[in-house]
Amino acid sequence: MLDIGILFPSLLNGLTTGAVYALIALGLTLIYGVLHIINFAHGASLMLALYAVYFLKDQFGLDPYLALPLVVPAMFGLGYGLQRFVINPASHGRDENILLVTLGLSIIMENLALLFFKSDTRSIDTAYTLTTIPINIGIAQAMISLPKLVAFAGALVTSTVLILIVGRTDLGRAIRAVAKEKHGAKLMGIDVDHVYAMSFGIGLACLGAAACFLLPAYYVNPQVGGGFVLVAFTIVVLGGMGSFTGALLGGLLIGVVESLGGLFMGESLGQIGIFLIFIAVLLLRPQGMFGVKP
Amino acid sequence: VSGDRPVGLTALHKEVLRIALFAAAVTLFLTGSSSGVALNFVMMALYAALLAQAWNILGGYGGQFSFGHALFFGTGAYVQAIAQMQAGLNPWLALPLSALASAAIGLVVGTLSFRYGLKGSYFALVTLAFAEVFRIVALSVPFTGAGVGLMLPLRESFSNMQFDSRRGYALLILALVVLALSVTCWLKHSRFGAYLQAVRDNEDAARASGVNPFRIKLGAIALSGSFMGAGGAFYIQVFQYLDPGIAYGSHTSVEALVGAIVGGMGTLWGPVVGALALHLLADLTRNLFGQLPGISMVIYGCVLVLMIMFAPRGLSGAGHSVRALWRGKSK
Repeated sequence: MLDIGILFPSLLNGLTTGAVYALIALGLTLIYGVLHIINFAHGASLMLALYAVYFLKDQFGLDPYLALPLVVPAMFGLGYGLQRFVINPASHGRDENILLVTLGLSIIMENLALLFFKSDTRSIDTAYTLTTIPINIGIAQAMISLPKLVAFAGALVTSTVLILIVGRTDLGRAIRAVAKEKHGAKLMGIDVDHVYAMSFGIGLACLGAAACFLLPAYYVNPQVGGGFVLVAFTIVVLGGMGSFTGALLGGLLIGVVESLGGLFMGESLGQIGIFLIFIAVLLLRPQGMFGVKP
Repeated sequence: VSGDRPVGLTALHKEVLRIALFAAAVTLFLTGSSSGVALNFVMMALYAALLAQAWNILGGYGGQFSFGHALFFGTGAYVQAIAQMQAGLNPWLALPLSALASAAIGLVVGTLSFRYGLKGSYFALVTLAFAEVFRIVALSVPFTGAGVGLMLPLRESFSNMQFDSRRGYALLILALVVLALSVTCWLKHSRFGAYLQAVRDNEDAARASGVNPFRIKLGAIALSGSFMGAGGAFYIQVFQYLDPGIAYGSHTSVEALVGAIVGGMGTLWGPVVGALALHLLADLTRNLFGQLPGISMVIYGCVLVLMIMFAPRGLSGAGHSVRALWRGKSK
């Protein structure tokens, strides 16, 4: 049963999906780490980004990878605006309110998409959609589709950029200061509301990048975000809320779990593995692998 | 009546009286009206009020925000359908069984989450995950009819809880709403309810005063789940079709939560007011824009965001503020 010839392609497939999951989860964990809120509209925002990539290709023939410089800033702007003008004023300083507001936003986004784009599932066709690359590691080999390989590399590069931004720049220093102690940061002259909105914007910008890497091998419909939202939460909780390393490793791990679960138990039951991990981690170790106890 | 000992009717008596008046007025309307549209509207608004009140017991009075109340709704609906179709149970007996089954699920989820001290966003997420697990299981096991769903056979008679018009269903859901109102009214004035609100406001202080938060919250989730389960059982009786998406999808969770928040969390009449307001709004948009997919949910989402922004205590809270303002002025 445990034939490496079957396991290896599945493992590889899981890792490539997992890298994109990790990218989505990085945005979520950044928002959580700084604002200490759970962005419930994360999945719906990804859905909007996927539609943006889709329509850029469908209407203007723009290649998904070339759409990166358009979609990423657009998503950043959306995130900045949402946090600054909707979420922050609505929160009244209470975490439950933020949770409910982002839930409201996700309902609005999903159903506006349903209203305008109908419930059809759409996908794009590029010259490289069906291209596959053979990968041989001696004892086993697999064919992996080119878009998935690009997504894997792209997700890792974007994650590295994000970690560098937060770790090495002035903005990153401000973000970390606000995350640790917002009153102290304010006294040091940091504009806390601006940093909040920047973090939210960067979190959504990650989704823009994820959408560009995802769409050539994936599809979009108004409900597509729902599937990602619980997966992303699982990764964030598993890795430890606010931990970048945790989100990266957690993403890869969940990708593999889903892929192997699908291999052994069938497509729909494979997903159950993710949710059971989620519930178990929430119950037994809510601080995750790399997090601090809440 | 000033702040001294109440003369005549106590607050509890007044509330019981108001519930009785509400029941009488709606019954009168339902037996008098022959308009199918009006009967359907009242039925759907009462149904939404039941879901919102169920959520309110745990979310409003207990302060535990569930994002996955569909878990209890779907379980109630499936038990109601399967008990009739497989075990041949009479629907009137199946209904309390559905409520009990959902309460049992509530106890399991509650034991797991509250034992490990989950609260706030963590609790919201874990309820959502449980609903999702149940949806996938319902898609994969044979006795729920999997993706094809279950179709309740049409056997129109009172004893089968299948009525010839919306009037019968509306009276049935009215009875359930009145029961939920009475239980919530009891909750407000009972020792258990006082403990529950103490745990909501400050869990540590409540524990220090000798309250066991774990058992109190467990009681609340079971009570809340049982009304949600009854709502699910009602759903299958009216619409006679159920699939995993309807049962455990997020739509019902959202409807229950938004109704309670719009009306006012932790108030007796808030969920009824909220459900009515939302349904009026949804009907209005349907008349304005026609039957567009998703439009009512867009409205729900906008109302949710706007309410939290401008009136976080809900419609009944806003009503109180206006009344207080009025009284202050007229003094």
